Amino acid sequence: MNTVTFEIFRYDPDKDKEPYYQTYQVEMRRPGYLMLDALNQIKWEQDPTLTYRRSCREGVCGSDGLNVNGVNMLSCMTKVEDLGSDHIVVQPLPGMNVMRDLVVDVDDFFAKFITVKPYLIRHTPNPDKEIYQSPEDRKKLDGLYECISCGCCSSSCPSYWADKKYLGPNAFLRAWRYIVDSRDEGADERLPILNDKHGVWRCHTIYNCVEACPKELNPTEAIMNIRKLLLENKI
Amino acid sequence: MSVKIEYHKFDVVVVGAGGAGLNAAQVASQYCKTAVVSEVYPTRSHTISAQGGISAALGNLEEDHWHWHMYDTVKGSDYLCDQDAAEYMTKQAPEMIIALEHIGLPFSRTPEGKIAQRPFGGHTAEFGKRAVKRACYAADRTGHAMLQTLYEKSVAQGTHFYSEFYALELLTNEGAVNGVLCYDIQSGELHVFNAKAIVFATGGNCRIFQTNSNAHINTGDGLALALRKGYSWSDAEFFQFHPTGIYGAGNLITEGVRGEGGILLNAQGERFMERYAPTIKDLAPRDIVSRSMTLEVLEGRGVGPMKDHTLLKIDHIGAANIMEKLPGIHELALVFAGVDCTKEPIPVNPTAHYQNGGIPTGYLSQVIKGNMDKEEFVPGFFAAGECASASVHGANRLGTNSLLDLVVFGRTAGEQAAKYAAQNSLVPLAENAGQEGLGFLNKYANANGKYTFGEIWGELTRTMQTKMGVFRTDKLMKECYATLLELEAKMDDYRVNDKSSVYNLDLIEALELNNMILVAKACTQAALLRKESRGGHFRDDYPDRDDANFLKHTEVYLEEDGKTPRVDYRNVRLKPLTVETFPPKPRVY
Repeated sequence: MNTVTFEIFRYDPDKDKEPYYQTYQVEMRRPGYLMLDALNQIKWEQDPTLTYRRSCREGVCGSDGLNVNGVNMLSCMTKVEDLGSDHIVVQPLPGMNVMRDLVVDVDDFFAKFITVKPYLIRHTPNPDKEIYQSPEDRKKLDGLYECISCGCCSSSCPSYWADKKYLGPNAFLRAWRYIVDSRDEGADERLPILNDKHGVWRCHTIYNCVEACPKELNPTEAIMNIRKLLLENKI
Repeated sequence: MSVKIEYHKFDVVVVGAGGAGLNAAQVASQYCKTAVVSEVYPTRSHTISAQGGISAALGNLEEDHWHWHMYDTVKGSDYLCDQDAAEYMTKQAPEMIIALEHIGLPFSRTPEGKIAQRPFGGHTAEFGKRAVKRACYAADRTGHAMLQTLYEKSVAQGTHFYSEFYALELLTNEGAVNGVLCYDIQSGELHVFNAKAIVFATGGNCRIFQTNSNAHINTGDGLALALRKGYSWSDAEFFQFHPTGIYGAGNLITEGVRGEGGILLNAQGERFMERYAPTIKDLAPRDIVSRSMTLEVLEGRGVGPMKDHTLLKIDHIGAANIMEKLPGIHELALVFAGVDCTKEPIPVNPTAHYQNGGIPTGYLSQVIKGNMDKEEFVPGFFAAGECASASVHGANRLGTNSLLDLVVFGRTAGEQAAKYAAQNSLVPLAENAGQEGLGFLNKYANANGKYTFGEIWGELTRTMQTKMGVFRTDKLMKECYATLLELEAKMDDYRVNDKSSVYNLDLIEALELNNMILVAKACTQAALLRKESRGGHFRDDYPDRDDANFLKHTEVYLEEDGKTPRVDYRNVRLKPLTVETFPPKPRVY
């Protein structure tokens, strides 16, 4: 059976003065063996102290964003064989504070997401039935509503690393999802937040977020759309 | 271990942040100070994985009526659901869907801009005459769209969130439920929440099976906590084995695939469901399809080198249609089966998917404590969603009725809890509240024995899979129970290697495993004593439904020792709220 070397970032604030890397040998037990299978094999058979987040194991809950051989990805949707290497370096998502091993602090990430008022804002009274939305208008939400808040985008962004108050691509994608929704009337409330000095102008359009997104979404495009709207409104 | 305990007071505390918990929380937050405690960040709860749809008789594409939906729900349940709850849920469904749409849920649309609907298993028009388009959906990401929307709504509503908090003990005093003891996974600190009302929305437990569609967190913790406080688990023996789990992995392929025209094939290329359910074929309810697939395999018509599974074919509806309506499925089939479903069929097998029973409640989500002679509501205790049993699913849940159950009974639980909190004062904590939960925590934090999670959980899930699965017998279930007792004993010689106070997942897994063994024992005992076949509970030694003896809810309690199941029963509420009872009939499709 093929064996792959995993070199994993370890840090336990209770006992470690600084982080270190620990090496494990992992058996590839079937074709398509996933990164999460490998981490579980280590935890359940070799070293129960290895710590990482995971839940749904099918790429929708967003718990298991990791940096693998320098690239952000979800462990549950990444096949080890697709990495093209028998030496895998696993690190926590960059640019976020490490709590323990591969677990990072995401409170700030979620707080930023909430800042952009990610909910439908309406002033017109709702009808008794559903608010009608044409298939064309609904289609505008595709590529936006699928975000799973895994943090792969924001943690790949140098602007996010450098400016601790920068809202980041995840928050902008969410803001655009609501602004572009034909049912929403809250753009005026969101645009000043997005126009702030920690808002969309800090993006340097290097597309790291697009490359990092495991759901193949395009936060940079959302940021460009928000900028265009800000310019049109001359805010 | 840290011994610092922080105390909190709230009007309402919701345990669990899936669809039921968040809908309860966003509603209760409109009236009173409400907190949600959850083992994961809210958007990571398992509702996120729900794919195909949520049912409601909106009639957007063809004529439909809530009374037809109620009939399908009752018949689908194999007549074990409570008909007042079935009426309540199906009647509220259309208005509930509109409410979700109004707060932003991005439903797919019809050409004229209405909410789109698709057929789903067991949903029919005119009391069983033909399949009907009743499932509202957002592509094949309906649960994801719903959970995000409800999270965002509860944030807007000012709900207090305590994420990555693991519940250790349900607290009671003076005959009422009044709190919950939690362990902060991030810091290792303890928190006691004292509240006027507690809503349990803790989800399911199908991680006790080897092949399952569930998330790592679905370990039945809420059930275990309720059982230890003397409350029961209703209809514990009824699990739903979803027909189309990806072969080898267990991850779900939505029934929406068959709703959009997908068909099941055996090794001979035969559409075998035509033999088992001539009227609605591949859209028969899940218990029937899962049994039919298993029979095909047992009779030698399985596919693959091991002849041990069947195929789900969808490529004939066209790649563009698949990518518009079922994009998530395309991705899952690629990753977990290595199959491009626009060109090839997906290998599938039944997968443990859903816990049909739960903590018993009335149709207003109030937790019930009872038996055949009497029943009463537990002051301050409400439950909704998969952990609860109103009961609308009985012996078998219809597809898309779970998301509906979450939001309807979640909202009701939120309203009722807020109302209860307004009318009652806070029951103070008992002296030494939380000792039991602390006992488990200390036991496992200091466990230096022999056995670890991997080996015990592996044996637990293999045993449940082979002996408590789609087909059951007295002999298999007795063997299963004996193995569970051995595993329980091993938990006294357990080892938690990780001694850290920060994000100690080794410790959390130990606590979860302890709960999983308890719930596995409880459902196995319930199954042993139900000597009939009904819905998801099928016994080779008692293959027929027996209404004379078993048209009643199982209620599993724990004996005084806190670990031995005691099986009792409770009457089914056959009388609906306003319409006539649907009397039990043979269940053919």
